[in-house]
Amino acid sequence: MIYPLCFLLILVGLYGVVANRNTVKIVISLLIMQHGVHLLLILIGYRTEGTPPIMDPGTPPTVFSGAAVDPLPQALVLTSIVIGLGVLALLVALCVRLYERYGTFDVGEMTRLRG
Amino acid sequence: MLIPLFIAIPLAVAFLLPLVARGRPIVSDCLANATMASLTIMAFASVGEVTLYHMGAWPTPIGIDLRLDPLASLLLITVNVVGLAAGIYSVDYMRQYRDKRRYYSLFLFLVAGMNGVILAGDLFNLYVLMEIAAVASYALVAFGCQHEELEASFKYAILGTLASSFILIGVALVYGVTGTLNMTHIASRMSDSGMDPSLLFATALFLCGFSMKAALVPFHAWLPDAHPSAPAPVSAMLSGVLIKAIGIYVMARLIYNVFGADQGVLGLLRWLGVISMVVGGLLATGQWDMKRLFAYSSISQVGYIVLGLGLGTPLGVVGALYHLVNHSIFKSLLFLNAGAVEYATGNRDLKRLGGLNRVMPVTGATSLVASMSIAGIPPLNGFWSKLIIVVACVQSGFYGLAAVAVAVSIVTLGYQLKVQRYAFFGAGSPVSTPPRVEPRLMATAMVVLAIGCMALSVLVISGLDDPILIGPAAHALLGGVFAL
Repeated sequence: MIYPLCFLLILVGLYGVVANRNTVKIVISLLIMQHGVHLLLILIGYRTEGTPPIMDPGTPPTVFSGAAVDPLPQALVLTSIVIGLGVLALLVALCVRLYERYGTFDVGEMTRLRG
Repeated sequence: MLIPLFIAIPLAVAFLLPLVARGRPIVSDCLANATMASLTIMAFASVGEVTLYHMGAWPTPIGIDLRLDPLASLLLITVNVVGLAAGIYSVDYMRQYRDKRRYYSLFLFLVAGMNGVILAGDLFNLYVLMEIAAVASYALVAFGCQHEELEASFKYAILGTLASSFILIGVALVYGVTGTLNMTHIASRMSDSGMDPSLLFATALFLCGFSMKAALVPFHAWLPDAHPSAPAPVSAMLSGVLIKAIGIYVMARLIYNVFGADQGVLGLLRWLGVISMVVGGLLATGQWDMKRLFAYSSISQVGYIVLGLGLGTPLGVVGALYHLVNHSIFKSLLFLNAGAVEYATGNRDLKRLGGLNRVMPVTGATSLVASMSIAGIPPLNGFWSKLIIVVACVQSGFYGLAAVAVAVSIVTLGYQLKVQRYAFFGAGSPVSTPPRVEPRLMATAMVVLAIGCMALSVLVISGLDDPILIGPAAHALLGGVFAL
């Protein structure tokens, strides 16, 4: 049930990127889409009634790997969040500079490159 | 040889440059170009080696691998040679911008990311390095910070981030089904279990994402704005190697070596290739901005490469890889020429240029070599690669595709002649300031690439179906799932 909701979140973000005219709203929709992707990644590693993947020194590894959720997607999501942060910083800087040049946040006005 | 040095050296120098090179620009020039020169030498030295490097000495299913095989060597040579030429060119060209330190830093991030994507043996590592190269390219496209550069970079950044998100969803699905991210391991798990519906969805997502990175036709909207707006050496890198290293190379690796090439996916690649060839070629003929024309031409030539990959036969793959290398060299040369024209006259509008052959003989001569190569005139390199692709089409029975390939080649000749006639030949146009001769280092970079164009045609000496470096690379791709 939760996987379709995850995809719905991704699609909402995608719709926002396509349909918005304000550059800042496009960037925020991109962020929503990235949240959806990260949620999907974490859910793929989820195990019902699983324990957090932190190992006590006393637990044998087989018991641990049978009970804990998968830590690898969590590591992937952490990396992806950081990459998303870098891209967000660049995109917001572009939005600010675009406002300085064009005087508006409306992508419909930024049509110097055509053909 | 230590493979991680291909990623570590440019990354380290890219971090050091803003800190160390605070004085005159010549320090960052020398440091960056020395890095590119050493990478080129290492790339040539890596030919013939087949190595698997475990990062942190963790064994294969657990750790991240870097893999060097003949295809990776071929791409490494291409990326680093074009990078060296663009770096030498930037010494003079980037004097008109203010911040050379940060430019070289971003440039080296781009090179590090591309080298990493070529060497990656692990899906998520590939994603991270691809993002490094992509974010550096978004910043480099916006480097001039004028209206058009910012608009182009915003469009490119949004579409590129969308593509990366699709790829990440694909990686998530592949991990969910196979339980591993290592490419060899995924290949062996899939050869046991076969294609799952989620893996089919993941293949579709990968195709969408990497087609956006490679600028194939339904997904090409960012390229005609981004490549002209970037500074000329960055355009050469983007159009010459970035769309191939993070677009086509990864697509070929995943389709041939990881998922296994089945006829549905190959048919889709043929369609994408043909449509890109035709649309790119036709749209290029109507352009009057020199760099925008070359950008559409890139879309068209990438269509040739993807068509060759979609054929699936050994000759098709050889033709595709040969055309990939050829296009890197002559398209980057064409963009460097356009940059020299813009440096000398201040504009790139074909209607206002003319007679540049008299003032800029080096640019004119190298641009003639590049135009003849891309149009496929024997005995230059473009002729051989296009011939191999057309013969491969006929061999597989796709006579219609072969006819379209030949027709688009004639269209290519048409728009290249347009550039030659309007910019270089003909009477000089009445411009107020006379154009300046191109500086020596820019001319050197262009001559190096032009010699590369002519030298690449020598590769077919060992036979049309097994050229010197391309044959082993094609065998690495066609070997099916990884056997290392």
